[in-house]
Amino acid sequence: MTRNKEFLRRKREQMIEEKGIIVLDNVSKSYSTGAPALNGISLNIKRGEFVFIVGDSGSGKSTLIKLLLRELTATSGSVYVMGSDMAKLKHRQIPKYRRNLGVVFQDFRLLKDRNVYENVAFAQRIIETPVVEIRRNVPAILATVGLAGKYKAKTKQLSGGEQQRVALARALVNNPSILLADEPTGNLDPKNSWEIMKLLEEINEGGTTVVVVTHNREIVNSMQKRVVTMKKGVIISDEEKGGYIDED
Amino acid sequence: MKISTLFYTFRQGFVNIFRNKWYSLASVATISACLFLFGLFYAIVANFQNMVKTAEEGVSVTVFFHSEADSCASHEENEIPTDERLDEIGQQIGARMEVSDVRFISDDEAWATFGPDYFGENYAEGFPENPLEGENTYEVYLSDVSMQDALVTWLESMPEVRKVNYSELTATTLSGVNLLIAYVSIGIIVILLAVSIFLISNTVAIGISVRKEEINIMKYIGATDFFVRAPFVLEGILIGVMGAGIPLLLIYSLYNYALGYVIERFAMLSSFLKFLTVDEIFRFLTPVSLFLGVGIGFLGSISTVRKHLNV
Repeated sequence: MTRNKEFLRRKREQMIEEKGIIVLDNVSKSYSTGAPALNGISLNIKRGEFVFIVGDSGSGKSTLIKLLLRELTATSGSVYVMGSDMAKLKHRQIPKYRRNLGVVFQDFRLLKDRNVYENVAFAQRIIETPVVEIRRNVPAILATVGLAGKYKAKTKQLSGGEQQRVALARALVNNPSILLADEPTGNLDPKNSWEIMKLLEEINEGGTTVVVVTHNREIVNSMQKRVVTMKKGVIISDEEKGGYIDED
Repeated sequence: MKISTLFYTFRQGFVNIFRNKWYSLASVATISACLFLFGLFYAIVANFQNMVKTAEEGVSVTVFFHSEADSCASHEENEIPTDERLDEIGQQIGARMEVSDVRFISDDEAWATFGPDYFGENYAEGFPENPLEGENTYEVYLSDVSMQDALVTWLESMPEVRKVNYSELTATTLSGVNLLIAYVSIGIIVILLAVSIFLISNTVAIGISVRKEEINIMKYIGATDFFVRAPFVLEGILIGVMGAGIPLLLIYSLYNYALGYVIERFAMLSSFLKFLTVDEIFRFLTPVSLFLGVGIGFLGSISTVRKHLNV
């Protein structure tokens, strides 16, 4: 059994090295009504990359994130994340899979009735981290995102930028391999947006693969990272050090 | 599961109640209302049943045997029972399921009871000998009057039995009342159950809207179904216990008060209508109410959470 697990781990590692940490091969996703949200897209993201996914509403960005989160499964094609085939992942295996992903949403999705510390500690509690370690890790990660002094504050007392930092701290506290950020600056002013992006860049420099779905043209154009542009469910451009492609 | 996770689950279960105090209050009120109605109904029905049972226990069947003195023209062989045979018959009667008690009335006892009733205090005058000599009888008390017919048929089939006295009307009436109580009970329980399900499903629907976001966030972060579910289930059970405790306390005081009031104001009534004591009522009501409360709380919370686990 242990030998089998070790074999699978090595196989996954080999796949990550050869093809990438996120691999989509001819993936389509259709809902019961309307045109397919994704139409035969292929995408490889290497370990440690920083990738922007851009595109207008209805381009398929959100569906792509949902596939990576294993909230949805592809109608056809294959999705591999960290060497695991998403189609073969059983319901009970999903929580363990998600613990290797950090997720940040546009609307922060914090537990509103808990304070900053509790929101971040929650991510550690679910992986049953010993309390002593939680008490050490949470203040450390809050210091990283610049919220060391606000650990007792209720999330509703914080500004949008601060709430997104809490969400970022929660996403990072378990040292995920991949950080998925779905419109992380969508509700923030330019100053806070830039601060969040700088934090994401620092996280990426630490070795974490960062995938950012965004509409923010200025940020995409300034940061000179890999940009994957989507339109109507297909990838229309994939450029290293790319920019935001205008629709017109 | 680690001890720290267990503590966390318990703490969250308690904290959740206060955190969502309006939802908790609505849930406790709903369960309390249902169980209060149930308890009230049970107290009334249990008293009715007790009264009917007391009445049933007073219903007796009298068995007369052939004797030398009776008016039958002739007796076939073995029709007049010996003392041993009378004892044996008494034991056979007592062994029957529907019989709660059987009493042997000797001819002397019968005359001692019957004489004064009919002839006054000086009943023995003019009767130098017991006119009922040899008239030994059995007085049979039933635990279930609906079985009276079967018992009478069985008794009459014995060659030693001359006559069986019984009241068909009393038995039929009591059986009818029993049946009526059973039907009314079933009807009211069905109505209560339907009302409870409606109220609880509404409360659960409120819970779903309150919890949807919280459960989604937990699942996105990588919480297992158990980790998400456990504090909610514990919260549901605690709400159930509170929802059962409140009506129990209310019914306890209400029943005690009502019992005292009836006994005081209607002393005549209470001499022949025997009410159950509060202890007798609560011996059944407490475990059943707690079981129902915990069950409703458990199922309500499980169904609330389950709808959002597939994220």
